[in-house]
Amino acid sequence: MNAADAMSPGLGSALAGMIKRDLLLAWKRPGDILNPLFFFAMVCTLFPLAVGPSVEQLEFAGPGVLWVAALLSMLLSLNSLFLSDFEDGSLEQLLVSPQPLVVLALGKTVAYWLTSGLPLVLLSPALAITFRMPADTIGVLMTTLALGTISLSLLGSIGAALTVGLHRGTALLSLLILPLAMPVLIFGARTVSLAAAGDVFSTGIYALAAYAVGALTLAPYATAAALRISNE
Amino acid sequence: MWTWFHKLASPPHFYALADKLIPWLSVPGYLLIAYGVYAGLFIAPEDYQQGDAFRIIYVHVPSAYLSMLAYMIMAIAGGIGLIWRMKLAHAVAASCAPLGASFTFLALATGSIWGRPMWGTWWEWGDPRLTSELILLFLYFGYMALRGAIDDTAKADKASAVLALVGAVNVPIIHFSVEWWSSLHQGPTLIKEGGPAIDPGMLYPLLAMIFGFSLVFGGMLLRRVRTEVLRRESRTRWVKDMMLQSQEG
Repeated sequence: MNAADAMSPGLGSALAGMIKRDLLLAWKRPGDILNPLFFFAMVCTLFPLAVGPSVEQLEFAGPGVLWVAALLSMLLSLNSLFLSDFEDGSLEQLLVSPQPLVVLALGKTVAYWLTSGLPLVLLSPALAITFRMPADTIGVLMTTLALGTISLSLLGSIGAALTVGLHRGTALLSLLILPLAMPVLIFGARTVSLAAAGDVFSTGIYALAAYAVGALTLAPYATAAALRISNE
Repeated sequence: MWTWFHKLASPPHFYALADKLIPWLSVPGYLLIAYGVYAGLFIAPEDYQQGDAFRIIYVHVPSAYLSMLAYMIMAIAGGIGLIWRMKLAHAVAASCAPLGASFTFLALATGSIWGRPMWGTWWEWGDPRLTSELILLFLYFGYMALRGAIDDTAKADKASAVLALVGAVNVPIIHFSVEWWSSLHQGPTLIKEGGPAIDPGMLYPLLAMIFGFSLVFGGMLLRRVRTEVLRRESRTRWVKDMMLQSQEG
């Protein structure tokens, strides 16, 4: 064991340190957290304005609208996941750090979910009520959004790592991530619709949970590989 | 044992090999397609339900099959390029994407044309295969957009390989989710227990078309890879020598 190994912290504290650093950064720039939330609320407002205030239509469209709005709002904040680190050079420090890049990428993604996915989940009931969603369906909505935003954060971190430092990154990022995100959208929105109609909806929850676990296992490796490629 | 692998990876060797292989793929491919088109349009009996409209499967099924095969080849070639740092594999992946996207588009277009008399609509969201095929087209677009956005070829190769691999893991999930989302399509008739449930007069032209399309696809792919290799190696010695030779000859 050499001196560098003895001095460097373990995997757990590296992960915790990464999360803590990104949360602190997010805390200092609250606009980055709030703007996607406002966007989420506004997209949800656009639909009733465009479609009309009829209660049946809103009840019917509610799950889909909330889910599409959540997906778009995640995409909006995704571009900044590695951008500031890339610009000020701290991303290169992460690449040369003695800790495995996979763990650091996972840490960044966890912090990203805490600052962008979790607030969406917490805000969603307020918007769901305006779509006349019944109380027990709101629970299902929050569960699917929680599981779905975890998957989206992980998938998105791959796309963000691939496009970091490229011009026109945001449009490209959406083009890369949206087709991959479609299963999450399908399972999420459909499960809420089934629950609202009083049908069996457990399949969708299981599928979303399986997707989240699979993404949690595999995506950090792809993100780490993509970060190395982007910073060559 | 691995010498053939290393030899294949050398661009001049591959260039010469592809030159010899292309006619052996293309000529039988076009012959099979010629037979398949004639037999499919004129000899095969009418379908008792769909009448003559079913005949579009002779283009639709091979295109749909190749659209998925091309994505597999693209992802596997990308993986080989990432793992063994084989430049030729990246050239294959790069050449595969536009071909795959074209076959995906062809499958969507023929499916839509078939849907018009059969379902009474150009597009049926309730059909899971049409929807997965559309998502596949978007995956191709994303792949090509990422390639186009990165100027450095080596970097574009690796980044798009990662994307293709992530996409390849997702393709079965997309397929499953869309299937679950809705199902309103006739079941698969070609691969079924107890042999195909299709008249031999219809089946043989279809098989001929599938093999013919695959061979022609192989020929087109090799031709594209050859051009791609030339473009990438344009500053090397062997390309210069070859160009000089061809000018003299």
